[in-house]
Amino acid sequence: MARKFIHPYIPNSVPEVQQEMLQEIGVKDIDEFYECVPDEQKVQGKLDLPDPLLSEAALKRHVEGILARNQPAGNMINFLGGGCWDHHVPAVCDEIASRSEFLTAYAGEPYEDHGRFQALFEYASMMAELLDVEVVNIPTYDGSQAAATALSMACRITGRLEVLVAASTAPDRLSVIKSYLYPDIKVNLFDYDPDTGLADLDDLSARLSDQTAAVYFENPAFLGYLETRGQEISALAHERDALSVVWTDPASLGVLNPPRAYGADLTCGEIQPLGIHMFMGGGRAGFIGAPDDERYIKEYPSRLFGIAPTTHREWGFGDVAWERTSFASRETSKEFVGTASALWGIIAGVYLALMGPEGMRELGENCIKRTRYALNKMAGLPGVKAPAIGTHFFKEFVVNFDGCGKTVVHINAELLRRGIMGGQDLSQVYPGMGQSALYSLTEKRSREDIDCLVNELEKILSS
Amino acid sequence: MSDKTKSRDFHQARWNEPIIFDLSTPGERGILLPEMEPEIETSAGDALGELPGDLKRSSPPGLPEMAQMRVLKHYLRLSQENLGADLNVDIGQGTCTMKYSPKINEQFAASPQLSGLHPVQDENTVQGVLEIMYQLEQFLKAISGMDRFSLQPGGGSHAILAIVSMIRAWVDDRGLSDTKDEIITTIFSHPSNCAVARAKGFKVINIYPDPKTGRPDLEAFKEAVSERTAALLITNPEDTGIYNENIKELTDLVHAHGGLCSYDQANANGILGITRAVNANFDFCFFNIHKTFSSPHGCGGPGCGVVGVKEHLIPYLPVPLTSFDEANNRYYLDYDVPKTIGKIKDYYGVIPAMIRAYAWIRSLGAEGLLEAARVAVLNNNYILNRIRAMKGAEVPYAEGEHRIEQVRYSFQLLKEETGCGFDEVQRRICDFMCHLWSSHEPFVVPEPFTIEPTESYSKQEIDEYLAALEKIIEEACATPDVLKTAPHNSPIHHVAEHEYLDDPKLWAVTWRMYKNRFEGYFEPKKEQ
Repeated sequence: MARKFIHPYIPNSVPEVQQEMLQEIGVKDIDEFYECVPDEQKVQGKLDLPDPLLSEAALKRHVEGILARNQPAGNMINFLGGGCWDHHVPAVCDEIASRSEFLTAYAGEPYEDHGRFQALFEYASMMAELLDVEVVNIPTYDGSQAAATALSMACRITGRLEVLVAASTAPDRLSVIKSYLYPDIKVNLFDYDPDTGLADLDDLSARLSDQTAAVYFENPAFLGYLETRGQEISALAHERDALSVVWTDPASLGVLNPPRAYGADLTCGEIQPLGIHMFMGGGRAGFIGAPDDERYIKEYPSRLFGIAPTTHREWGFGDVAWERTSFASRETSKEFVGTASALWGIIAGVYLALMGPEGMRELGENCIKRTRYALNKMAGLPGVKAPAIGTHFFKEFVVNFDGCGKTVVHINAELLRRGIMGGQDLSQVYPGMGQSALYSLTEKRSREDIDCLVNELEKILSS
Repeated sequence: MSDKTKSRDFHQARWNEPIIFDLSTPGERGILLPEMEPEIETSAGDALGELPGDLKRSSPPGLPEMAQMRVLKHYLRLSQENLGADLNVDIGQGTCTMKYSPKINEQFAASPQLSGLHPVQDENTVQGVLEIMYQLEQFLKAISGMDRFSLQPGGGSHAILAIVSMIRAWVDDRGLSDTKDEIITTIFSHPSNCAVARAKGFKVINIYPDPKTGRPDLEAFKEAVSERTAALLITNPEDTGIYNENIKELTDLVHAHGGLCSYDQANANGILGITRAVNANFDFCFFNIHKTFSSPHGCGGPGCGVVGVKEHLIPYLPVPLTSFDEANNRYYLDYDVPKTIGKIKDYYGVIPAMIRAYAWIRSLGAEGLLEAARVAVLNNNYILNRIRAMKGAEVPYAEGEHRIEQVRYSFQLLKEETGCGFDEVQRRICDFMCHLWSSHEPFVVPEPFTIEPTESYSKQEIDEYLAALEKIIEEACATPDVLKTAPHNSPIHHVAEHEYLDDPKLWAVTWRMYKNRFEGYFEPKKEQ
């Protein structure tokens, strides 16, 4: 018998070992295990896949060859944000994310997997400090899922089936929210002022009713500006016994008030800015924060890790209120739960521990001041309107180029030739805003970077 | 027992690591931020001070203050108190396909060529990653026979959400919302199938197994199918590892009543290259990239659940898809999906998992995928044969039959004979550097445990695991207290008082909540 290929990922491919195992089972051939599969259901011949790259060297060469065709924004002077931000990822975050013990674990018990229970309990605890809440879940798939679930929770808490969502909500997030809440929960929008970006309180008041379960808005808004009327929005919601649900950027909370301070009952958002690389939008996880109130806790679909004593006075952990989950209660559960983004929760915890209160304050200060500097510089360019909407900003703002007679597509292509990723083109999604782009400034953008952008823009716009 | 498989003298790390807040020393710093350049300070002025009053944070967040090495050490210690699949013989986590996640693929996933990509950067600058997404889809089409895939969902349950959302849209689109309002699934299919069906407004019918054959009860099934049936969501083989040869009869019946059929292939590892979703006439299927296709599980994600559909359902897929423009030799994100359910996740899905799956499939090819399946099944039947002979262990259903990739066993007899059931065995097996999982609920099989060995473990490792199980069974008979007081060699001991997890007055899901309720070691605060 010709010796078949033995793949390094499949130890028991060794024919002698297979024979020994088959003999012990009392079976002649592995095919016998598949006799239960009717012939008409069997694959005829081989799957149509490319020939294997058996050596690791060949595989590396092949995959890296493809990846080499990417030109990462992270290697350039990058001004793209809009929900996925180019913050610095501390080396310790990468170190912990690559540890086999965390990376390859799954669903062990609180004993042999004590580490992940404690790390995720600590993640939730540090997020709770940042958000000024008592309860934070094990992460959802992403921030948009967190927003959709927070709204769903609000409906169950209030026993109502309609939510009022700010029309300024990030367009993709709004799509996730609508898709998720369909068909049982009605999503209505309330307007915002096209100049200030602030919620139109008259429109909100007119739309609020005794059917409204929640009022949802984002702060900072997708278009970069800060909502200064949070308190009033929450008060209007509360007047109708609706909940105030606020999406926020956790990177802002070293300097900005957490939404609870202006009346949020549920706070949600995305932890990508907390130590997770951009990965083309593929490194995401969401949080939902709530007060210490059984009515709220019981409506979480996610896992919640609680602290508990052991027989030897150690810190033990376990799942709190397991019966809520679909693991325990199938179709009578709160929504559903499955594998989501636990590792990113651990990493966001590492990030918050590294940053501490002072690091988070400095991060916020960096974002706000660099944004202000860029805004001031860009506002000085002829024909450029910056900001195009809003008054106060955290790390993003909209720039309008209508006065320059050039499209964002053209400007960004020219910037790219100069090693700069210009702001996100808004002209397709917000046609009413003309040729506008959303510029994002993290702590990584130095004065030199910003000056370089402005200088190059000046040349491009005048050519 | 050979010397090679003798139980080792194992003890997991026990660091007795404090909760991180207790490691804080005011003033310590873990990392420094860029200093503000003078030009920025001058230009920005008092940008913070100018914020309206209620926008400014009044007191700093109560985060720990720690030097960098202390943070590192804390998390390294916690990692050592976690038994990842790279370290143990992780065959006891049935239904989860704990296979080897090749390290070379981690290098690809962590490459700055990938991690530094922004999701909305110019498509011309991301042709590499789009090519991988596009090619991965072609591979998945070949493996399943389906016509198009969405890679967007972030896990298996999320894939079910995408599928049931499409079923919902398909039903509503045809004006059948009031008449097609039921979804049929089986009690041995993953609980997210029925939970999502309910969340999307359907009534759920759960089919139980035939007590003898273990297959979904065919008569109960025939009775359940009607014009009200919107869809069937089913796994095959189910958690029992029994392949249901009547599967096509079920899908034909549902189709005859105008319904759709979705194949939950979260555990497809045993049938790669053997059978395909299309061969049993399914309309939808999904795979878990973090299971069958080797992406690591990350303590519970990030995962990736890819959804395949037949031609007639392509118009409902979430946006965007990845397409190829032959004329311009260019990959692009395709939003032209006329009846799309919209987006179900930010951007395009869990890209690092996709790279790993692409590399895994490229490394194995068709022959290797088939070999992975065959060896996974060989390993499983080898274990089945050994466990059948173990005292106190039972193998419910389908007596004498082989199984595919996993088996659900029972320790009911052991419990009756020794007082030690699954719970005790589970706690004791950590002392042998292993893990054992029970079953999804409800426990149709009493005192259940589920083993799925995959292709990744050598016979020697499997023998070591089985030797540990045999030893524990011996202990259950001779010295049951050893099990009842287990674990002994784990990072912590038994969490015996479950009221701390079940009683709302004792819940503490954050340190802040703990501090509000307790002082010292779980002593209720006096003011309460």
